[in-house]
Amino acid sequence: MSIATAMAASGRRSFSTAALRGILRSPRMSSSLVAGLVMLGLVVLLALFGPRFVNARLAAVGAVRPSQAPSAQYLLGTDSQGRDMLTIMVLATPQTLRIGLIAGVVGMAIGLSLGLLSGFFGGAVDAVIRVLADSLMTVPGLAIMVIIAASVGHMTVELMGLTVAALAWMHPTRAIRSQVLSIRERSYVSVARANGESELGILFREVMPNLVPYIAASFVGAVSGAILAAVGLEAIGLGPNDVHTLGTTIYWSEKFSAVLRGQWWWWGPPIVAISFIFVGMFLLSSGLDRIANPKLRMRT
Amino acid sequence: MPIDYVAKRTLQLLLIVFIAVTFNFLIPRMIPGDPVESALQTKIAVSGSVSVDVQAVAAAYRAKFGLDKPLWLQYLNYWGGIFGRDLGVSLVDFPQPVIEKIQSAVPWTLGLLVLSTVISFTLGSILGALLAWPRAPRALHVLVPPFMLLSSVPFFLLAIVLVFTFSVIVPWFPPGGGFDPVSILRFDLTTALDVGYHAVLPALALVLGSVGFWALGMRAMMISILGEDYITFADSKGLPPQRVFLWYGMRNALLPQITSLAIALGSILSGAVLVEAIFNYPGLGGILFTAIAGKDYFVIQGIVLMLIFALALALFVVDLIYPLVDPRIRYQA
Repeated sequence: MSIATAMAASGRRSFSTAALRGILRSPRMSSSLVAGLVMLGLVVLLALFGPRFVNARLAAVGAVRPSQAPSAQYLLGTDSQGRDMLTIMVLATPQTLRIGLIAGVVGMAIGLSLGLLSGFFGGAVDAVIRVLADSLMTVPGLAIMVIIAASVGHMTVELMGLTVAALAWMHPTRAIRSQVLSIRERSYVSVARANGESELGILFREVMPNLVPYIAASFVGAVSGAILAAVGLEAIGLGPNDVHTLGTTIYWSEKFSAVLRGQWWWWGPPIVAISFIFVGMFLLSSGLDRIANPKLRMRT
Repeated sequence: MPIDYVAKRTLQLLLIVFIAVTFNFLIPRMIPGDPVESALQTKIAVSGSVSVDVQAVAAAYRAKFGLDKPLWLQYLNYWGGIFGRDLGVSLVDFPQPVIEKIQSAVPWTLGLLVLSTVISFTLGSILGALLAWPRAPRALHVLVPPFMLLSSVPFFLLAIVLVFTFSVIVPWFPPGGGFDPVSILRFDLTTALDVGYHAVLPALALVLGSVGFWALGMRAMMISILGEDYITFADSKGLPPQRVFLWYGMRNALLPQITSLAIALGSILSGAVLVEAIFNYPGLGGILFTAIAGKDYFVIQGIVLMLIFALALALFVVDLIYPLVDPRIRYQA
């Protein structure tokens, strides 16, 4: 190993140990991170293991007595169409998470590639990507997704994820681009370049590893934005037709005026689940933000 | 104001309009199966007897798009229609033009949005600034953080909870609509009060959901500003604390807040659309919800275009005003 790469490596290590020490030193930050992880963990556990314990047939229309309040037999009650709410909740949560993850991963992948391209190569590529991202950021995302979703005849979970991903890449692009711009000016990049490393090598060996905290932070942001958009689309009746999701559950409860008829067990559980996801993501991302931006950590 | 700054913003505005229109034109043509045709078929299948003159609707549709013509001509025609403020006709309320529906809805959305954004922005900024201020009452540190968590929850979920709490459990406010359906809309005090009364819950949902966001941004900004030398100087000069807080602290922290307002406007608008759908409010969100339920494709398209144009225009205006407020941008850009 040459001195230069050793220097570069040690530079990276000191960055991550500093971040780690920061985590341990600041109790408030870790508490928000931990709370966020716990809340999300509960939802993920429900999504992963819940479906094994329920009978999916109870979520079909007319499977149980309609409009029952929660009882020993129906723990979360039943809706006006005779579906068991607990079963619906257990089946709907993983689908909502799946849409969010698909959109988050795709959006993040596009954002990461465009951000790297834009930040590393600059010039005309950068100008085009920047103008496009800046312009699309000012478009109300819901509007464009409504057009796609309303045009598609048969909506599936995967298609839903891709629809949402179409507008989930702008923030990651900008965040990654600005980080790349700052990282490429660091001295270890110059050292690597002087050492004869190729541009691609610099990109993947020097720049990428230092982007990890930012990638994590913008990934959480992208997933939470994607779930927000997906739930919104579903709530106005543009969700997947063949599976239960948290948003479509709210749509049906609205359609049958469950709120006005006092059937709180119909719309209550999806609201609680969605709120858990968002508050958890919020806490997690504010925790990650402080790792990614040490300045923020010092000020608070 | 530098010419290239204005030129850049104008270019961005035109780009958005171009993308939006092209997108609106291409999407229905790219997807197999024609949404309008399928909407008409569903309509016939559902109603059994044909309530609208399907032939007339289909004729209007074909005339609108000239489907036998080549794609580029259809595209030009589409632009021509937009410049002539012709967005097609409603399939559900045939032959009401889409533009008419939109025109009657815009004031409702605009009113609700402006009212709630002004309230939450002002309230949130003041609360956030106070949180960063050492002399602020301790109670604030307990009261405000819950609102920050609330700001991560979608507006329309808050809307549902509000309807349940204040229209069902304690029936203080109407559960939906924009005005009393038996009254006639006039420009008088009774109507104004009635409209205001109906706007309370939708506005509250938007305010509760965003006040924490503004508080969060303001607090971060204020903390960094209070560390500046000129604050220490103003303090040691013996200026009254209120004066330092308002004119040295808040005044400077507000500028970045205005920038985030411009950036957040899109998501606020999306959120407001959903809240309107929950309340069946007569604004764009309300008619969008109805249009989606009835597969009223041209109305959906029209509203989408309207939302994109309106926001692009609003941001354009903000961008032009901003340099007047912030001299740094005026000289730098």
